[in-house]
Amino acid sequence: MSDYELRTVLDSSGGAGDHDSGLSDAELMHCYRSMLMVRAFDDTAMKLQRSGRIGFSIPNRGIEATQVGAASALRTTDWIFPSYRDFGMALYHGVSATDMMHNMFGNALDASKGRQMPVHFSFEEPIHFVSISSPIGTHIPQGVGAAHAMKLRGEDSVALISFGDGGTSSLGFHSGLNFAGVWKSPAVFLCQNNGYAISMPTEKQTASDGFAVKGEAYGIPAILVDGNDLLAVRQATAEGVARARAGDGPTLIEAKTFRMGGHSTSDDPSKYVPKELLDEWEEKDPVPRFEAYLASKGLWVEGDRETLYSGCMAEVKEAADLAQATPLPSLETIFSDVYEEVPQHIRSQGEEAYDLLRRKGDAGGGGGEFPL
Amino acid sequence: MAILTLLQAVNEGLKTAMRDDSNVLVFGEDVGPKGGVFLATEGLTSEFGEERCFDTPLSEDGIVGAAIGMAMNGLRPVAEIQFQDFIFPAFDQIVSEAAKLRYRSGGQYTAPMVIRTPYGGGIRGGLYHSQSGEAYFCHTPGLKVVTPSTPHDAKGLLIAAIQDPDPVLFLEPKALYRSVKGEVPEGSYTVDLSTTRTVREGDAVTVFCYGAMVPVCEKAAEQAEESGISVEVIDLRTLYPLDEQGVLAAAKKTGRVVTVHEAPRFCGYAAEISAIIAERAIEYMEAPVTRVTGFDTPFPNTLEHHYLPDHRRVLDAIERVHAF
Repeated sequence: MSDYELRTVLDSSGGAGDHDSGLSDAELMHCYRSMLMVRAFDDTAMKLQRSGRIGFSIPNRGIEATQVGAASALRTTDWIFPSYRDFGMALYHGVSATDMMHNMFGNALDASKGRQMPVHFSFEEPIHFVSISSPIGTHIPQGVGAAHAMKLRGEDSVALISFGDGGTSSLGFHSGLNFAGVWKSPAVFLCQNNGYAISMPTEKQTASDGFAVKGEAYGIPAILVDGNDLLAVRQATAEGVARARAGDGPTLIEAKTFRMGGHSTSDDPSKYVPKELLDEWEEKDPVPRFEAYLASKGLWVEGDRETLYSGCMAEVKEAADLAQATPLPSLETIFSDVYEEVPQHIRSQGEEAYDLLRRKGDAGGGGGEFPL
Repeated sequence: MAILTLLQAVNEGLKTAMRDDSNVLVFGEDVGPKGGVFLATEGLTSEFGEERCFDTPLSEDGIVGAAIGMAMNGLRPVAEIQFQDFIFPAFDQIVSEAAKLRYRSGGQYTAPMVIRTPYGGGIRGGLYHSQSGEAYFCHTPGLKVVTPSTPHDAKGLLIAAIQDPDPVLFLEPKALYRSVKGEVPEGSYTVDLSTTRTVREGDAVTVFCYGAMVPVCEKAAEQAEESGISVEVIDLRTLYPLDEQGVLAAAKKTGRVVTVHEAPRFCGYAAEISAIIAERAIEYMEAPVTRVTGFDTPFPNTLEHHYLPDHRRVLDAIERVHAF
């Protein structure tokens, strides 16, 4: 058995004893609505993908409490180095569904200007939600570097670096945690152990007893927390954040949760996730668990979920419609942002692309003179 | 003006940039109190303190990854990779991350940083202390690749690279660290990262080269001159993005081109020079566009002097294209 006891705050009926979450009623409701927004976004994205309006999405179902609980422990001056399954962190901090949908459609208003696949978000406001790349674990030492910059400047900001169980096998996990341990970086590493890395179960990912224990070798204190317990994740993250702000260095958090959907909209998890396991985790759904807590505080009654969820769906649908109606990026966006200034050879290639359009017709987008 | 070695000029460039901008940090393996295995960072920790010049764990991936995070959060990191041969654990960070960050975030996040690394042969370093990996990196949009061949350029290009808004791989020809001396201005100055340097003018044959091959080509050109062949030598110095107009103008001037590098030939940097000329200046060519390069083998140890292009091999190529 692991030396790390699974921390929980909420019992299965929503009781929290005398736990003080530090959240006002309005903030608790914001957490709740953020989880429902993730769910609405997921459900909408799945429909959009199945109907061919977008090419790809990543389901978050089951992980919402980990995302929102962790995000709730941050200030907007902190930086999030997210994984691709962290929609709730952005939504909690006020990134609009519309800005996220612009990315899903890869349109002209997408921060990435349609250069990345869906779910590879990048936001600077209202919080640094750092541009996501597909290679796994590369962002871990980057987050440590950003945290080191905060420390050198004497800021009390923190980098929250989020990754899955699969990410712990990456080169970046080792180098990132090793550097952070040595440098005492103001970083919080959030390992979302959601059971599978695409189709690989955790027992094939590592022979160690879970992931929290891996912190020890780097001299980094670790916390094992119930990832479906929003208040416990918030508490664990807040503890790590407080350590970081106080100059006491990094913390590793393993949030034990479960990915209830596929890896992506292209994945069929029924081929490798046993039905019994899904049923077991369905019982631990973070949303009703948090609802029971809210109910115990007089903040929630039966029927509230449906009402709030339909509001979320309306918001997400409006965002999707807006994003779909937004023009595609213009052709010159292929050639811009490679460097701050467009070098001559890239400019020449852009001019060739525009010239071909003039001579041979539009291949689907763009037109006119090369403007860069 | 001070007469410095190329190594001292690198050191001067680092100190100058650190004095001018407190956001400039230097880090890597053994770069602190020891001053680096070649002493390029000697004296930095004592002048600027351990917060601005420090040793890191032995992890190229971590060094470059952390540099990217620092760069995106307002610092100007100058990371050292002890030998270019050891850079490959950081290949993902350089190619997938630093080079693509501006593009993939639409400019929200950028990585203004420099990765300095000694490259090339000439020190009996064998397979793993001798390689010239420029071609891997010149194939990477978003990255700049620079290599100086004189002390003046080493300092000026390095300061320009540190000030540049985009990530720069700064390849230092270790064979020239102590063998080349030259005048280096005091204080801060930059050498433009988008131009070639005409090492010597000539009108019969054009030789393109960079880094440690520049003095080799100069010597070959001097010997060719003695037998009546006038050779123009161009130091490419910023390999990517390349001053293609400068290359084309120099190629058209003589119609006879030799490109020289230490790296293996196949898909090597000279292949791109040859292709640019073939596509855009073929009508000016009087002889086959020719390459003098390392062999398509790993880099040997005992026999490295046979592997590395020397002035005889370059002279031989000059004579062949001249006689064609």
